[in-house]
Amino acid sequence: MVSDTSRLGLYLLLAPILLWLTVLIILPHVGLFFVSISEKIGPREYETGFANYAAFFTEPLYWRTFARTAIMSVLATALTLILGFPIAYYIAKLTRGRTKTTLFLMCMIPFWVSELVRTFGWMILLRETGVFSNVLQYLGLVSGPVEMLYNDAAIMVGLVYTSILFMVVPLVTTLDSLDDSLIEAGYDLGGTSTSIMREIVIPHAMPGIVSGCIVVFMLSLGNYLTPILLGGKDSLWFTGMIYTQFITRFNWELGSAFGFLLLALSSLVVFLGLKLSGQSLSETMGRS
Amino acid sequence: MTNTGPDLECRDLIKDFDTFRAVDHVSFDVPQGSFFSILGPSGCGKTTLLRMIAGFQTPSAGDLLIKGHSMIGVPPNKRPVSMVFQHLALFPTMNIGDNVGFGLRQRGISKSEIKTRVEKVLDRVGLPNVAERRVDQLSGGQKQRVAIARCMVLEPDVLLLDEPLGALDLKLREHMKVELKALQSAFNTTFVYITHDQSEALVMSDNIAVMNHGRFEQIGTPHDVYHAPDTAFVAGFVGDANKISARVVATDERTLTLKADGGSDIRVAVGRDQLPTGQKVQVFLRPEAIELLPNGADTDGASNVSPGIVENVLFNGANSMVTVKGADGVSWKAALPQTGDFASLQKGDAVRTRWQPTQARCYPVAEG
Repeated sequence: MVSDTSRLGLYLLLAPILLWLTVLIILPHVGLFFVSISEKIGPREYETGFANYAAFFTEPLYWRTFARTAIMSVLATALTLILGFPIAYYIAKLTRGRTKTTLFLMCMIPFWVSELVRTFGWMILLRETGVFSNVLQYLGLVSGPVEMLYNDAAIMVGLVYTSILFMVVPLVTTLDSLDDSLIEAGYDLGGTSTSIMREIVIPHAMPGIVSGCIVVFMLSLGNYLTPILLGGKDSLWFTGMIYTQFITRFNWELGSAFGFLLLALSSLVVFLGLKLSGQSLSETMGRS
Repeated sequence: MTNTGPDLECRDLIKDFDTFRAVDHVSFDVPQGSFFSILGPSGCGKTTLLRMIAGFQTPSAGDLLIKGHSMIGVPPNKRPVSMVFQHLALFPTMNIGDNVGFGLRQRGISKSEIKTRVEKVLDRVGLPNVAERRVDQLSGGQKQRVAIARCMVLEPDVLLLDEPLGALDLKLREHMKVELKALQSAFNTTFVYITHDQSEALVMSDNIAVMNHGRFEQIGTPHDVYHAPDTAFVAGFVGDANKISARVVATDERTLTLKADGGSDIRVAVGRDQLPTGQKVQVFLRPEAIELLPNGADTDGASNVSPGIVENVLFNGANSMVTVKGADGVSWKAALPQTGDFASLQKGDAVRTRWQPTQARCYPVAEG
């Protein structure tokens, strides 16, 4: 039997999160949903219908950008995992004490600077008159200035760079919890580095891998700054398209529809990812 | 019994860490099919020694042979030894069958073959039909047996066990001692077992090595180690003992007469060492070697008899003890026989203690 005072305490504790969820997440989405299903038929005249969603499927630019954003985000997530796993493994398993803290801190330090500044840093490195271009010319490897910005590779570099911390942190946490004696037992029973990685380390790290991937995928999919700055006007990122609809075109109806489509996409990909890896969302988020 | 030499042989094994020597000139050999225990307090280097045998640590000097082949430079996954880890290290992400089959999979054995061999070995450790279960669905004792099965399925030449009973509760530990010994003779594999628990070592082993500060103090059968300890450390570490500091005051052919620090005279049989008059010694006497006599009973002249007052009765079933304070103020621990003669013994009762000079062990102590 819960007494009235403790129940009041529970509600008071829940109040901030409930307020936050209702006022900042649920209400705006409900509002956006109603905007997205209203068709503009004249000045200040609206009808309820799915014309905005239909526009998305009939205009190839829209759904191609959508698909491109999804594929690039999945690719960025995969790359981040491939780069982040060895780093996390090294920090969690091969270092001790002070070195471990230092390395972990070094992964975090770049994130003390705003994302905007970090992205401009990459622009300084990659642009035609930038550091890389000058070094290559100085070494005589190229005859003229090279433009390395404004292509998909630059976007990829930026996405991986912005999100790698969010992969490394959950991975370090789960790998840290892997008992060293399990790895030793693997060797003792005749396992090789590859088979131990495949049969012992990766299954153990799976919740961390999945939660890292979810976070990185969401961050990439919803990223606006990095694709615009590093990809230039050809970046064709779906968030950019939403921005255009809202701000440049004043077409809030279509913009809202795009927003919901993006939400549906990210939910779908996360769902598929969890199904494929055999993890459950609560387990993944609970363990890391 | 084939005569092919020992399964495991260590020659002058040394392991140095930065500033201290963890294992110091250790030599021993373990014959095929025997149960060998390394007994020592924590920090004595026994784990380091075991990890060197398993291959997780490289000796600084010396040689290590398994079935006559040197193992120096051979990585752990290529050695014919398996290890049962302290916390068992069963893989929690796999079911029992996959755990036991792990080593066989690494050898590239066919799936159906693995299945039959896993079932067979689980059967032998008394756990049929658990292959599909998860690790956390088993009890402590069952996990223990799975860990042994996981090693035994590979038919190793030597099985290493790193205090695997430490995490179990007392009752189960007593049970597993008997079971481990039975498994060892059933598999007829050489077991090397390390522990700090003397009763585990005494019950299960064919031979025990007592280790302290990186050195082997004594290697012998449980009986020898208990009844004829080579050094003061072994006498004090294995089993319970009354420790008395004394000084030699007279010697003859068979008996030493000592003056205890408390002031009383005691007689002990001459041991291996020649102890000159004036030598400071330490006497170890097992509680069960001390007999309690009711006041007024007759005594012979040869044994040590002294009157005392019961200070405390420590009832612990068959292992009950009584502490008796002698006339010189020194307390002795004596076993309390549960035959009924002393059932009414209480604190403050006057008793006499008697022990034979041959029961005590006497070791010289360096004057410091």
